[in-house]
Amino acid sequence: MSEFEYASAPESKEIAKIAASYDLFIGGKFVKAKKGKSFDTINPATEEVLAKIAYADKLDIDLAVKTARSAYTKIWSKMPAKERGKYLYRIARILQERAREFAVVETLDNGKPIRESRDTDIPLAAAHFFYHAGWADKLEYAGVGSKPKALGVVGQIIPWNFPLLMLSWKIAPALAAGNTVVLKPAETTPLTALLFAEVCQQAGLPDGVVNIITGDGITGAALVNHPDINKIAFTGSTEVGKAIARSIAATNKSATLELGGKAANIVFEDAAFDEAVEGIVNGIFFNQGHVCCAGSRLLLQENIADEVVEKLKKRMSLIRVGDPMDKNTDLGAINSAEQLKRIKEISNTGDAEGAQRWSAECKLPTKGFWMAPTIFTGVSQAHRIAREEIFGPVLSVLTFRTPAEAIEKANNTMYGLSAGIWSDKGSKILWAAQKLKAGVIWSNTFNKFDPASPFGGYKESGWGREGGRHGLAGYLTSESKVKK
Amino acid sequence: MIVDGSEKSLKDFLDDLPPVDQVGVEARATMLATRSIKTTSKAWAIDMAISMVDLTTLEGADTPGKVKALCAKAVRPDPTDLTVPSVGAICVYNDMVKVARAELDLIGGKHIPVAAVSTAFPSGRASMEVKKQDTLDALNAGATEIDMVIDRGAFLAGKISQVFEEIKIIKELCGNKAHLKVIFETGELVTYDNVRKASFIAMLAGADFIKTSTGKVAPAATAPVVLVMLEAVRDYFALTGLKIGVKPAGGIRTTKDAIKQLVLVNETAGPDWLTPSLFRIGASALLNDLLMQRMKMRTGHYASANYVTMD
Amino acid sequence: MSRIDVHKTYKLFIAGAFPRSESGRVYEVKGADKKFLANPAMASRKDLRESVVAAKNSYLGWSNATSFNRGQILYRIAEIMQGRSEQFVSEICALEGLSSKAAAAQVEEAIDTWVWYSGWCDKLSSVTGSLNQVSGPFYNFTTPESLGVIAVFAENKPSLLGAVRTLAPIIAGGNTAILIASENYPLPAITLGEVLSTSDLPAGVVNILTGKTSELSPWVGSHMEIDGIDAAGLSKKQEEELKLLGAENLKRIHRFTPINHPERILSFMEQKTVWHPIGI
Repeated sequence: MSEFEYASAPESKEIAKIAASYDLFIGGKFVKAKKGKSFDTINPATEEVLAKIAYADKLDIDLAVKTARSAYTKIWSKMPAKERGKYLYRIARILQERAREFAVVETLDNGKPIRESRDTDIPLAAAHFFYHAGWADKLEYAGVGSKPKALGVVGQIIPWNFPLLMLSWKIAPALAAGNTVVLKPAETTPLTALLFAEVCQQAGLPDGVVNIITGDGITGAALVNHPDINKIAFTGSTEVGKAIARSIAATNKSATLELGGKAANIVFEDAAFDEAVEGIVNGIFFNQGHVCCAGSRLLLQENIADEVVEKLKKRMSLIRVGDPMDKNTDLGAINSAEQLKRIKEISNTGDAEGAQRWSAECKLPTKGFWMAPTIFTGVSQAHRIAREEIFGPVLSVLTFRTPAEAIEKANNTMYGLSAGIWSDKGSKILWAAQKLKAGVIWSNTFNKFDPASPFGGYKESGWGREGGRHGLAGYLTSESKVKK
Repeated sequence: MIVDGSEKSLKDFLDDLPPVDQVGVEARATMLATRSIKTTSKAWAIDMAISMVDLTTLEGADTPGKVKALCAKAVRPDPTDLTVPSVGAICVYNDMVKVARAELDLIGGKHIPVAAVSTAFPSGRASMEVKKQDTLDALNAGATEIDMVIDRGAFLAGKISQVFEEIKIIKELCGNKAHLKVIFETGELVTYDNVRKASFIAMLAGADFIKTSTGKVAPAATAPVVLVMLEAVRDYFALTGLKIGVKPAGGIRTTKDAIKQLVLVNETAGPDWLTPSLFRIGASALLNDLLMQRMKMRTGHYASANYVTMD
Repeated sequence: MSRIDVHKTYKLFIAGAFPRSESGRVYEVKGADKKFLANPAMASRKDLRESVVAAKNSYLGWSNATSFNRGQILYRIAEIMQGRSEQFVSEICALEGLSSKAAAAQVEEAIDTWVWYSGWCDKLSSVTGSLNQVSGPFYNFTTPESLGVIAVFAENKPSLLGAVRTLAPIIAGGNTAILIASENYPLPAITLGEVLSTSDLPAGVVNILTGKTSELSPWVGSHMEIDGIDAAGLSKKQEEELKLLGAENLKRIHRFTPINHPERILSFMEQKTVWHPIGI
């Protein structure tokens, strides 16, 4: 063994100026929650409390929606489109300027490795604002007719896995299309959204165009049920997505739902193995596997399965698990104690149902919430770990004999968010891409995101798309749809 | 014997190799370049890199004086600090081998091998007779490492067995006397698939080291090329139990570049390869940058080029 | 003595055949003049179930047919309808009490609707797909793809046109369909089934049920093999109930203004995005 142990290279926390407490952001100002309730947000890597966060209830939500409505009718809907676009450009620029600070806060609040928040989350979030800024004055080219109109006030609820990035997926197209928003970040990761509120202030965004209310699932439900919301945009679990669909059944509200997944990542015998192994690792261990489109079901052609699993285990042994603030960390902390419990629970069914567990050897910190990268081999379609979304660094490995069988197994799920294909044969890739029932197909790559690329699922993975022209259309009225 | 040297057995073997995806391998190399190396590891890495340098001069204008100066540098890279290790080898054209060997022996560098570039370096365009003689001259002059070039023309024309045969013949000439490094000139092979194939041809034919480039063609030792070669030696080890060395050459000029190479080694072939007997860096300007970084680490302030020797 | 007319028995259209309801039930349909017109079948939930099986079975073939082929068949439907115009006109006159001129106009518009959607079949991805300019060495495109089995509650009136403009876009996009005919004006929809059965349309791609909307609607809403619903013919309350049930498998449930529009096709399609690296 060499002495070439990478010394820890921690990113400095100094740049993150986290206040002791945060109020709600309504009408361009931070305002106290009417009932004065609050909750803590903690660093999942250390369990230290980072800040006290105001808890919004019905009254606060009502104020936020009223404020957003007033900003919509009085300001935002009357503003020339190109000026609206310029605000988005400003926001994009400020996010770039403050990228390092955002990356640090995101990592502290979420537990994801600083390398990922620095290289993926924050740059992509800024890119989303840039992309949509350009749309603001070109909506007549968005494919929904010559006179597209905004919907009005949009209620947006985002998850904890990519806090700022999901915020940008929601707010950027909504604003570009001319809507105003009330956004609720996840209970465990509110900080970057509150930091974003400051960005709105710095950008001089008219008061009330963006409102940020913090709270839990009850807060979210109250937002969904507010009568003056025109659209709900939600990213989260399929269970909650269905509840939202029921909540709005009797209303005129439209909805975009980005829900769960159980993506198949299919490796054919003619794949580029080394890159496929990288893709498998990136597919399931990126962001601790807290990714709705994670490649959580690995489908290996049976004649190469042993070789690939062998390579995969070796590669997994190199994954550096630990302090998310260390620039060399590959796998950070699980976002919450609750999520860790859930991951462990479902994983344990893998053992109970006869799959073989293997985890990379790694020393896990004593404080915080951690899970070693884990694979299960010998998994069949009937196993719970092959059907349910685990949302953690746990991979189920299955095999197939023929391309047709791979597709059959891949599609044998209620989800349809994403899928991966690894092969060196172009015609086979296109064949598989056509057959797979999923909204995003990554061939010879995985977990790639771009503001220009529509994202969203088939079946019970959701309604609608986010990103690209197709995502934008979800924030505009259509002449063909009945106004009820 | 994995292959019998026939065109067919070689071709079958190479056809079985998995392909390389350009975008994927480049993304992996880029990710590994973000590894942050600090303090004690960095000090260790700098000394390791120095001991891995094949200090090279391969100019038409090489003179005995120039080569002797290089030898001095090889033995004591920093005359003011004797804790600096000597380099891995001196690398010269074959007519300079004798001068280098004698000088090294004279100044306390008996332990430093002399490597000779060979087989009509850098183009490889000569008859096999000439290539053999080229190698023999170097061996007779005292070279204990032979850096041969493959026939890229033959490779690109699909004459795989010819490439294989030439390496085999040169290896036989080297016998026990010298280590054989096989240079691909990856900038002329162009694709990563070709780099992987060339790596296996060379290893199967008996190479002790596989080496990226002559230093005369760009691009040379890019991180993804080295990554593909490291994957090849890793897989060859799994297949045969033999450890083949890797030598990137060309384009590695800074300490940062060198440390990135060591990260590639560490996370691909593994820490076993972090030794001069399995990893070398062909370079000339690199050494001074390593020395300056070393001074900076020792003194805590940025070093001046005036304090490192210019040979 | 004058000749006695031969009346038609109006039956269901399932998997290319014209069965009676398995329940044996019928209901009386009267004309605008309140006189008896026919006793169409009153489909049961089991008829619905059979229709879904038929639609599911034909889905793979229909969704994988070339767009050109689908366009040809939709056009063929228009051709056959044209030949049957008079029958449709007389049914519409009797049912809706329209003048023959107005009924003829409705039939013509229905035929033209098939022609219009026929032309859409092979232009969907060109017009609504995209090649996305992502930042990185990737080829990235988005293209619409059919959803699966779609149930259509035809508009109550116009009886024929209301059925055609809801149904045509569904199958133009490669979905297979269960058309639940207007409860009060079902006859042209059944005759449409006869047109479809002689139009080269594979059996099961369209299945037509007549009966009580309120009885069938909850079963449609809760059927887990139905992927989407056009709620055109439902009351507000029925639609709401349907959406509550449909949430269980997140059915795509829509209702459109009474115009022809590509969004009627696209709302029952998914946009699929494919990434591939560009390299050597």
